[in-house]
Amino acid sequence: MSDDIAIRVENLSKRYIIRHQRAGGNGLRHVLQDMASAPFRLFKRGTNGALHGGNVDATSEEFWALNNVSFEVNRGQVVGIIGRNGAGKSTLLKVLSRITEPTKGRITINGRVASLLEVGTGFHFELTGRENIYLNGAILGMTHSEIKSKFDEIVDFAEIEKFLDTPVKRYSSGMYIRLAFAVAAHLEPEILIVDEVLAVGDMQFQKKCLGKMQEVSQKHGRTILFVSHNMPVIQTLCSRCIVLRQGQVVIDASPTEAKSYYMMETIQASSFEFRPPADGKAHITAGSVASDTESGRAAVRIDVTVESPSEQKLSLDVRLEDRSGTPIGYGSLGSLDKNQMIQMYPGMNSVSLLLPIDQLANGSYFVSLDLIVPSVEFLDRLEHCLHFDVERPPTSGNHHVTLQEWGKGSVELTLSRIRHEPLAAN
Amino acid sequence: MQQLVIEAGRTERHYWRDLWRYRELFYFLAWRDILVRYKQTVVGVAWSLIRPFLSMVVFTLIFGKVAHLPSEGVPYPILVFTALLPWQFFSNSFSESGNSLVANSNLISKIYFPRLIVPAGSVVVGFIDFLISCVFLVVLMIWFHFLPDWRVLTLPLFIILAIAASLGTGFLLAALSVEYRDFRFIVPFIVQFGLYVSPVGFSSKMIPAKWRLLYSLNPMVGVIDGFRWALLRGHATLYIPGFCLSFGVVAVLLVTAIWYFRRTERTFADII
Repeated sequence: MSDDIAIRVENLSKRYIIRHQRAGGNGLRHVLQDMASAPFRLFKRGTNGALHGGNVDATSEEFWALNNVSFEVNRGQVVGIIGRNGAGKSTLLKVLSRITEPTKGRITINGRVASLLEVGTGFHFELTGRENIYLNGAILGMTHSEIKSKFDEIVDFAEIEKFLDTPVKRYSSGMYIRLAFAVAAHLEPEILIVDEVLAVGDMQFQKKCLGKMQEVSQKHGRTILFVSHNMPVIQTLCSRCIVLRQGQVVIDASPTEAKSYYMMETIQASSFEFRPPADGKAHITAGSVASDTESGRAAVRIDVTVESPSEQKLSLDVRLEDRSGTPIGYGSLGSLDKNQMIQMYPGMNSVSLLLPIDQLANGSYFVSLDLIVPSVEFLDRLEHCLHFDVERPPTSGNHHVTLQEWGKGSVELTLSRIRHEPLAAN
Repeated sequence: MQQLVIEAGRTERHYWRDLWRYRELFYFLAWRDILVRYKQTVVGVAWSLIRPFLSMVVFTLIFGKVAHLPSEGVPYPILVFTALLPWQFFSNSFSESGNSLVANSNLISKIYFPRLIVPAGSVVVGFIDFLISCVFLVVLMIWFHFLPDWRVLTLPLFIILAIAASLGTGFLLAALSVEYRDFRFIVPFIVQFGLYVSPVGFSSKMIPAKWRLLYSLNPMVGVIDGFRWALLRGHATLYIPGFCLSFGVVAVLLVTAIWYFRRTERTFADII
């Protein structure tokens, strides 16, 4: 293997076995019942069944977290790895860090590896900052003398000189993270593997960490493998970006190319289809939602198929709800404005509409469709028939996207500042 | 530059080299456990002395005064303490290291280092407690004017045997506890049971001759007998066949434990 390659991954696969509980339920009654019958199950099935608290009817399923992943990283490259939650990014890092073993495939690594999969691993709350620096450094693989020589640099980077001898349990979360990252940043491995640790911490801290990583890569020529959800950071730091989806590499290219691919992926498609009642009236027979790539604006496209027995004008209502079922908005083709009613012809009709999502918070949304003869009757009320997730990436390092989880509603209001001036003192 | 190949089922040739590279971690984990133990306590390190002292008092009263177990010309507290010392080292190490992997699960699932270090670190902590208690033994011996003879020079051999027994049981239990959490309940029971079955409160001479060999299957029998022989100035005799058997059991246990641990280690992060 040429000296130039730092990491080579060949056909890497990792399988986990997930168990499913029997439909019966998990109440106290079931737990006690299971406990009582456990010794008998032990004899019946050997230890495997009883071990994982399994019910007799539990089924297990194979889950391939990584499926035939292959790539190569040259020395000195900074590679970003992105993907949706559950795509396999953390598993990949765990296997590369030797924390878990691959099921198939092989990895060849040239050089010492240091992994930062979580900030502050090994920190003990009762110990002081000083003691934790030594402890954390040792856990990450530094020798006592190494830590001693870098001690002042670490304290400087973390800006906690005043609190060195207070127990870490008294630190604010910001101080804690700064200290943890400071120790890890001063490791001197040839290959650094970092997992989304920048997701925590304020802007200033993130900038500092980024700066440090850039220094590590440019000045010292180290190889960095960096997992993040943060596209702007990846674009700044990385020369190459790999997108993972469901355990497979879908694209391995420059950050800009990877970004557009990833953005198109972020809206989940969903669809339905069914047989309407044969009552001689018009009904919706199929629907789907997908991300819209043509309008240039962030939007979803909803396609609806309506089967109509005769020529008539109908209106289509769309109700949007968030993940917890709270109504967010309502729009209609025809109910609010009769001019927008849709002309249906006998047979199948296809209607497509665009729903802009650029002001929606990141999160899950449910769509309910109603087919109406306005002011007369509801022909169809399909509750929650479609579902999509919005995951808008931030437009820059200084930008955050509203999240549904914040509890501030699901619409991001666009404010325009019209005036700002200091008032003269009287 | 070192090259590392990671593959399913491949035994790490680097493992033993890594153990050496991470040697300081043994010390740091033990240091952490000890520091944490006495943080925010008033009595502090003195607890390490108080515990064996209290055990000794209880044993002297119950086994010595109440049960009148013979002590063969040795002050009863000393007879008990020479056995209590290795026993407490063993039982503390054994229970701590048994649970050590589970207790450090956050490390195991996020960082790479040879996992053997974790239970071994618990044994180191136990050993430090042992050394502190030795001080107490010295005090006792001076108090009773009962000082050991030349045989005390063989003590290190028995100490090594005790360490090996603790490591062996520790590794085995730690590896088993990751998958079978039942051991959390079994361990305290074994410790309790072992305290009465091992010759702590009495001398192993009390065991009838025909059972003596079988009795020596308990590895601590050999260790305790050895300690007594080394420290009690000839008042204790060493039953050689029994000792050799205990010694053998410890050796086999240690080797088996390391083998089992290495074999299951690769799944720890997945099931812990």
